[in-house]
Amino acid sequence: MRIALFVTCLADTMFPEAAKATVRLLERLGHEVVFPQDQTCCGQMHINTGYPDDALRLVRRHVRAFAPYDVVVAPSGSCVGSVRHQHAMVARGAGDERLASRAEEVARRTYELSELLVDVLGVTDVGAFYTHRVTYQPTCHSLRMIRVGDKPLRLLRQVRGLDLVELPQAEQCCGFGGTFAVKNADTSTAMLADKMRHVLSTRADVCTAGDASCLMHIGGGLSRLRVGVRTVHLAEILASTEPTGDPAERARTGGVTA
Amino acid sequence: MSEIFLGMPATAPRGVGNLRGDEPFPVAARRSLADAQLRRNLGHATATIRAKSAAVIDEVPDWQELREAGRAIKTDVMARLPELLAQLEVAVTAAGGTVHWAADAVEANRIVTDLVRATGSDRVMKVKSMATQEIGLNEALEAAGIEAVETDLAELIVQLGRDKPSHILVPAIHRNRAEIREIFLREMPGVDPALTDEPAILAAAARRHLRRTFLSTRVAVSGANFAVAETGTLAVVESEGNGRMCLTLPDTLITVMGIEKLVPTWADLEVFLQLLPRASTGERMNPYTSMWTGVTPGDGPQEFHLVLLDNGRSAVLADEVGRQALHCIRCSACLNVCPVYERTGGHAYGSVYPGPIGAVLSPQLTGVEDNASLPYASSLCGACFDACPVMIDIPSILVHLRAQHTAAYRSDHRLPSAEAVTMAAAAYTMDHRPLYEAAQRAARASRFVGRRGGGLPPPLSGWTIGRDLPQPPPQTFREWWAQR
Amino acid sequence: MTSRELILGRLRAALGATPTTPEAVARSYRPAGGAVDLDVLVHRLTDYRATVHRCSDGEVAQVVDAVLGGRRVVVPPGLPRRWLPDSVEVLTDDNLPTAEIAAADGVVTAAAVAVAETGTVILDAGVDQGRRLVTLLPDVHICVLRTDQVVAGVPDALARLGPDRPLTWISGPSATSDIELNRVEGVHGPRHLHVVIVPA
Repeated sequence: MRIALFVTCLADTMFPEAAKATVRLLERLGHEVVFPQDQTCCGQMHINTGYPDDALRLVRRHVRAFAPYDVVVAPSGSCVGSVRHQHAMVARGAGDERLASRAEEVARRTYELSELLVDVLGVTDVGAFYTHRVTYQPTCHSLRMIRVGDKPLRLLRQVRGLDLVELPQAEQCCGFGGTFAVKNADTSTAMLADKMRHVLSTRADVCTAGDASCLMHIGGGLSRLRVGVRTVHLAEILASTEPTGDPAERARTGGVTA
Repeated sequence: MSEIFLGMPATAPRGVGNLRGDEPFPVAARRSLADAQLRRNLGHATATIRAKSAAVIDEVPDWQELREAGRAIKTDVMARLPELLAQLEVAVTAAGGTVHWAADAVEANRIVTDLVRATGSDRVMKVKSMATQEIGLNEALEAAGIEAVETDLAELIVQLGRDKPSHILVPAIHRNRAEIREIFLREMPGVDPALTDEPAILAAAARRHLRRTFLSTRVAVSGANFAVAETGTLAVVESEGNGRMCLTLPDTLITVMGIEKLVPTWADLEVFLQLLPRASTGERMNPYTSMWTGVTPGDGPQEFHLVLLDNGRSAVLADEVGRQALHCIRCSACLNVCPVYERTGGHAYGSVYPGPIGAVLSPQLTGVEDNASLPYASSLCGACFDACPVMIDIPSILVHLRAQHTAAYRSDHRLPSAEAVTMAAAAYTMDHRPLYEAAQRAARASRFVGRRGGGLPPPLSGWTIGRDLPQPPPQTFREWWAQR
Repeated sequence: MTSRELILGRLRAALGATPTTPEAVARSYRPAGGAVDLDVLVHRLTDYRATVHRCSDGEVAQVVDAVLGGRRVVVPPGLPRRWLPDSVEVLTDDNLPTAEIAAADGVVTAAAVAVAETGTVILDAGVDQGRRLVTLLPDVHICVLRTDQVVAGVPDALARLGPDRPLTWISGPSATSDIELNRVEGVHGPRHLHVVIVPA
């Protein structure tokens, strides 16, 4: 299958390992990955901060970039959520009905990674190997906006060597919320403190999720604590395979973010 | 001409009532967050109610169907509000009640004050009511020399403690049993000095304290949970029996009701009486629900007044996206699941309507610029939408109100805000690939800012309060892609 | 212009010139007519701290005797006298002063409807249930329910009831959740609720 990668601006700029892992994983499963070069940002930050007029040009760009593809995947529940639930709304708010219906078209063909794997490609065992104690944070937009349900967990349970531990009060927000984290920094930090407490209580050495943004938030907090728990994107775990002895391969499959 | 002008939807007036806070949410929240006792009380109480509510909702096989019906009935009510209100007025009047129309808080307070004065009483007893808190009725009555006695246990705790309510359902949720005991010992005349902090003992103290008030007060003021347009029936849902006391013992009953509380038909109650208790107190049914239609000869108050309150609701109705906030049945489920509310409590919201529903309702009632920080008091996690028994899409309204705020700022100021400039520049950059790629390279330079973000300007400096900045990678994804 | 005209004008302006098509309400939730399970009723009543007695009509007086024997009891004028044992002092409410009702130890009434699923008894102020205040002020309420008055769910109850009488829905004794959100029985209403279920 030919799959267009919607990389998201955050993964492109700050967390390329998650995007590279998405490419490696899909290619390993026998699919062709293409990267539409004209994509930049879906505009979610603008929309959620109250600037839909500014977001309009980004919606238009996103729709133009991805219209030619039958299947689009993003390693982010949040950005897929914006494409699915906000793009057409922004277009309609600006009175552009044609853009709205094109945005709906693109949205119908856009999937978050675990959705693509489980629902479209029909796999839960992606042949991954990852020897860590891992806890999974079901990010809010994956959980409640696009409702990926237990798909990420079903994928993780098939990963050989992986010790999956349940995160207490997993469904509570980590406090990121885009500009919420800076506009209401104190409240956001209080939410993060509780999330980190729960992560640490699992004694996992890796906290994973399907969203680089939430991982950046949780990871930023854990880094400050110097507790040695790392955040790793779900795609990186799923892309990891058993070391073959080749040192370059081994370095890649450690699943460690750069 | 003036009729057209006067007929325009209007927001709630300033200077009266309790819809506006004194300070922005982040400032007020900082104070709450520093109160460890408050955090513990809220954490304990919200976790308790979440578990109770989830358990009784699980028992109902058709919960989603009931939510959908609740949503649809309220949508229908809003679309036909003028017609249904007129129908309610006819039915209440035919049953012996008197209907009053209050355009805003000032008028509602005046109507109630005049009605109480006409009875000759200088004291009223009150059933917990959000509408009367919203308009500041107690303060207005006090100014007119009329004592207002709150009879709901939590309201009593708030009133005796000279405190402010912090939750729609449990206004004293921020107080634990030990604090309640102290308030009772200090403020309740004739209370047993050996009072313990056992909840049952505290409840018994309130029973003794209010009994004489119930038996001797001739006027009561209530709110309403539902009003049936077709029959003129009012419903009050409660637990303690203080509602029943106020609704049956006095000679005169004055009910103040927001105009959105309507349901079209008697049968529609079957939806809301299933949704409300399970979402609200986490009970299959609350201990007491009273329904009355006008005046019943020989039983209960022989004089009944219904005050229909606008106070900004028409302005909410005028917003096609925001109007669903009027569907709210005040269950407070969204407060109980909100990670922001759980940590800041209700006072931080400034308005009598706290939590997620308050963050969408208060700014719409007052006009968004009078509560401009509230639409941002959410991480948009969506827990409120899932918990809402009438499926109000609170996150979407929050986003909608944020856009209203930036638009209002734009039209009120000659120069754009720093944030607006940044956002416009970011959108422009991201809409031009070469600029975007240049910006990505520039982001790499922030490797030298350091993980604690030294020198970052506010608001970005807020990030590094408790988190490190991520280190930009040596290579962006698209650079990697171009090289492979 | 009156406030009535002002408000209605505002609302019409808010809704705009084009009338919205009425929302079609999908009522796919469980309708009235479900099977009644008395055990569910008993469980739900007991769960909310009501005391349930199941007996024949002829044994009701014994229950009243056991609960309120030797005490002063208010009854509505239409209450069947066979339910009252000789051991209670009966005060019939023919417009008794409020203070006298408040001073009574208990009240015995019939009911209009009961909802099994929610553990609710509903009074509609009929002659065997009385004015609303008689079931409010005394501390013990004994409510006698016939099995044919029990319905499955809330929709059944509303279908049997009407707006022409004041209704009081009672689910367990008076309670509050206002202290740390834990339910505590016993605030202003009767602190003891006994439901006596008799065959129709």
